[in-house]
Amino acid sequence: MDWFPLWNSLRIAGISTVIIFFVGIFAAYYIAKVPRIVKGILDVILTLPMVLPPTVVGYLLLRVLGPKRIIGAWVLSTFGVKLTMTWWSAIFATTVVIFPLMYRTVRGAFESFDDTLAYAGQTLGLSNTYIFWHIRIPYCSQGILAGTVLAFARALGEYGATSMIAGYTPGRTATISTTVYQLWRTNDDAQAFKWVLINIAISAIVLLAVNMMERRSASRVKRGAKKEAV
Amino acid sequence: MSLTVDIQKQLGAFSLDVSFEANPDEVLALLGASGCGKSMTLKCIAGVEKPDRGRIVLNGRTLFDAEKHINLPPQKRRVGYLFQQYALFPNMTIYQNVYAGAKGRADAKQVVEEKLEALHLTGLEHKRPRELSGGQQQRVALARILVNEPEALLLDEPFSALDSYLRWELELELTDTLRAFSGPSIFVSHSREEVFRICGNVCVLSAGRSERKRSVQELFARPDTLASCLLTGCKNLSRIKVLDSGRVAALDWGTELETGDRALDGIAYIGVKSRHMEIVPETAAGSKNVFPCTVARLIEDERRFIVVMDTPAGQDGYSIVNMTVEYAQGQALHVGDRLYIQIAPSDIMLLQK
Repeated sequence: MDWFPLWNSLRIAGISTVIIFFVGIFAAYYIAKVPRIVKGILDVILTLPMVLPPTVVGYLLLRVLGPKRIIGAWVLSTFGVKLTMTWWSAIFATTVVIFPLMYRTVRGAFESFDDTLAYAGQTLGLSNTYIFWHIRIPYCSQGILAGTVLAFARALGEYGATSMIAGYTPGRTATISTTVYQLWRTNDDAQAFKWVLINIAISAIVLLAVNMMERRSASRVKRGAKKEAV
Repeated sequence: MSLTVDIQKQLGAFSLDVSFEANPDEVLALLGASGCGKSMTLKCIAGVEKPDRGRIVLNGRTLFDAEKHINLPPQKRRVGYLFQQYALFPNMTIYQNVYAGAKGRADAKQVVEEKLEALHLTGLEHKRPRELSGGQQQRVALARILVNEPEALLLDEPFSALDSYLRWELELELTDTLRAFSGPSIFVSHSREEVFRICGNVCVLSAGRSERKRSVQELFARPDTLASCLLTGCKNLSRIKVLDSGRVAALDWGTELETGDRALDGIAYIGVKSRHMEIVPETAAGSKNVFPCTVARLIEDERRFIVVMDTPAGQDGYSIVNMTVEYAQGQALHVGDRLYIQIAPSDIMLLQK
């Protein structure tokens, strides 16, 4: 059995999750500070990929990244690189699709942050960067972790936008989801079913991990509450 | 070495207008009801909130000056801030929390250890804040501030998160800490008892406005505004109308009172402490500053009775007056009894609005 789709899916999901980890955190942090109207508009734009059909996202991406389109054409003429139909093209698709998941979850976590902790840090002379990485992020780590895992799981299952921008080339751009479709289309039911089982197994493991993390944080909160009551 | 604050800030419909000066070694109380702008004032001094106008100067250093566009970040103000809930970093151990205050000092390790010992925190270094009692948490927060060597201390209701037994123990400790501290301290509170015991001077804040600074003794003996009188715990208040010099009509009590030889310009209220109300025999009815009341409730307190009475003017709001009597005297009273109350002119506090 050719394991390439598994490897390809994992690297695409992994890389886009790493990107979105940082982009999502910074977007959540800075957008919380802008005026309310701007925040409302940005919120809509940034959350849109979550509710749009992935094919629509794929179409829009092709409109800008395609070899004859504005960014795609410029990159092709300057660097001689085509942005579509390579294995890493899928990263564009997954990144856009999973961004809202990360952004929303992290923003929720940041909103629960107790600002007096940041004030305390500031009056003690700690730099804002230090406060961000050593106080705010650890405080919100459960939410950030949950967002990251959810984003990874969603990236792993991305099909629509990926198939439009990276296509399906066995051994080059094939992911688990595009492989399942291709095998089903060509009536290779046994192989398709194998990949389906693999996909279900991975997703189940990821969700299990999320559940365990949530339970751990819940029991931690409970323990903390009990201590306070005493 | 002093802290001068003169700031204004608009927050929606609420406007903050505070000015005071705290001398070195002084523990100045900011006393006011909740929501009067006490915490906001502290935040402006610490630099985590920005006033609209005015200036803040600490030991000759301008921390904030709206006209000169100076607004030092909190990191550079050298102001220690003890938060109501202490704001300990939950993800750090006690040692790391205190160390955060000494970060960047060459002798950080040493001062942290010394301060932990001085505040009886030895042995707790590796615990997390949530594993500590409220009192221990406060000591950690203090240690963290003190290793930072601030030039001024801001204390925001430091005992509000504690139960009463711990509160007393910590009050004694904190008083020692404040005495050892050489810079000005601002102590925010809504509790007159705390302020009386801990602070030398007090600045009353009412609805965002600061009144003139005065000694705690002066405030409690002679409050001169309605807000400050309420804060001293006085429960007997009445609106007045000036009749002629030395004579007012207490509108809420339905009686006329002589106030002695004092100026009545701008006086809108009077206040009388419960202990300054005296029961006189019925035969005294008609004499100076005597008026009839009806006992509405008798409340047994620790070794005394609180007598709640209706005045000739009514049975609610300011028209109710309170006095305390000895236990035996209280036992002899009944609801519905008619009592004659006398107030000495010099015991009437004249209050501006």
